[in-house]
Amino acid sequence: MVMDITFKDVGYTYQVGTPFESRALHEINLTLRDHAFTAIIGHTGSGKSTLVQHLNALLKPTSGTVTIGDRVITPETNNKNLKPIRQKVGMVFQFPESQLFEETVAKDIAFGPMNFGVSEEESLKRAKEMVQLVGLKDAVLERSPFDLSGGQMRRVAIAGVLAMKPEVLILDEPTAGLDPEGRRDIMGMVQRLHQENQLTVILITHLMEDVANYADQVVVMENGGVVKVGTPREVFSNVQWLRDKQLGVPETAAFADQLIKKGFQFKQMPLTETELADELLPQLPQAGRNDNVE
Amino acid sequence: MSNKLLLGRFIPGDSIVHRLDPRVKLLMSFYFVGIIFLADNWQTYLFLFLFTMVAILLTKIKLGFFIKGVRPLIWLILFTVLLQMLFSSGGTVYWSWGPIVISSYGVVNGIYIFMRFVLIIFMSTLLTLTTPPLSLADAIESLLKPLKVIHFPVYEVALMLSIALRFVPTLMDETEKIMNAQRARGVDFGEGNIFQQMRAIVPLLIPLFVSSFNRAEDLATAMEARGYQGGEGRSKYRVLSWQLADNLTILAFALVTVVLVILR
Repeated sequence: MVMDITFKDVGYTYQVGTPFESRALHEINLTLRDHAFTAIIGHTGSGKSTLVQHLNALLKPTSGTVTIGDRVITPETNNKNLKPIRQKVGMVFQFPESQLFEETVAKDIAFGPMNFGVSEEESLKRAKEMVQLVGLKDAVLERSPFDLSGGQMRRVAIAGVLAMKPEVLILDEPTAGLDPEGRRDIMGMVQRLHQENQLTVILITHLMEDVANYADQVVVMENGGVVKVGTPREVFSNVQWLRDKQLGVPETAAFADQLIKKGFQFKQMPLTETELADELLPQLPQAGRNDNVE
Repeated sequence: MSNKLLLGRFIPGDSIVHRLDPRVKLLMSFYFVGIIFLADNWQTYLFLFLFTMVAILLTKIKLGFFIKGVRPLIWLILFTVLLQMLFSSGGTVYWSWGPIVISSYGVVNGIYIFMRFVLIIFMSTLLTLTTPPLSLADAIESLLKPLKVIHFPVYEVALMLSIALRFVPTLMDETEKIMNAQRARGVDFGEGNIFQQMRAIVPLLIPLFVSSFNRAEDLATAMEARGYQGGEGRSKYRVLSWQLADNLTILAFALVTVVLVILR
């Protein structure tokens, strides 16, 4: 089944009808394609987390409609029977280690699938698979999740979501607070899931390198609205525009931007070191000499 | 879920009631509970009702919020009223069946009890809607100070109270977050029979306890790192000051008491 997710004129307001009312989203029109890797960027409070909570119907829009596969969610949608959506759309929250509660890692990973009616035996089998998938050793299965290190807990929590075998995986800053190696491991794992298991991935992040390296679509949010949708190259081409939005650019794009000001030319905005080097090398003797670069 | 817990929720504002000293508001709320028992006929209840309405008007907060404060307790109130109506006899008997009697006396008493509940809830909601929780903690600390004579740990209790109040919203956010995470893993909160519902609480409570303990430890470390020693000689950031309006409030309540005594 095709799991496109479409937002049509979606608005969301927190605590409607109280003095604490606050509008978090407005007029969102957006399509997230099946099997795409979408990154959502925007500074804190721009509505990213609120937006993704619509993707598995944790929040229902206060106006407009969200279509997830063949299910249409409107403000009037009943809260019951949303479970199939939550099985198909797995969500890894920020600091997901706070969701761990079982006695053993195996039981915690099996918790999700069992809620969706998978047998205990099958769930525990999945737990074993997922532990390997997230790069942990079998030995952790019988340990308490609270005895693990922060990075390991994070992986167990992600495994707990993957064990539900979702078709869409949402990750809300999955690498926040991890060391560089942990970050690379997690992102590498996400990329493998995307490429080998054909998962649709939606990633909220502040790390522009991750966007440049992994995403094929970028959604830029500001003040509860979507201000730009495009490929990473389109979005990162306009360095000044992004800085105005208080967003960064990947190091390579920032570096290239500086070089362009010095008279260098690029056919397209380089997003990786290799692209940068490839385009830079032929220009070095000429442009470098003209500008007296030492 | 945070929408439901309006009882005890502060709504910022700049009315006369908001600006009153929290000590006055706290004391007078308790005092009101006391004098409401002076009312024993319709005149006194009407008078107290009008008084409460004026107080609510002064807060400039919509009446709806006060009514929402009654809602969580409505079953308790109706139950009490029903007991009162069915089991007290006297006056004209309208209907009876064995020990159950509906009499004019019972009906009137039922209405009084209902009024009593509603007015007390309105007044205490007024206190919590117009007073930030931390000011309330300050007020309690200030009012408990005399107890230091008998070695009651006033500062410690006040600190515990402030910390507890300060972390209520934080814990509610945390609860919401964990609930969402577990919902995403297929937990149905508030659905199914009582056992299923109790089972659904476990994946919520354990992470909540874990994070609370972690938070407490972090807070203790942070306080020690900043040299907190507690208690004696510590100056305060929020200083309570007793104004003319506070004296007038007390005077108003005294007048209400006098009128009640005359009308009863």
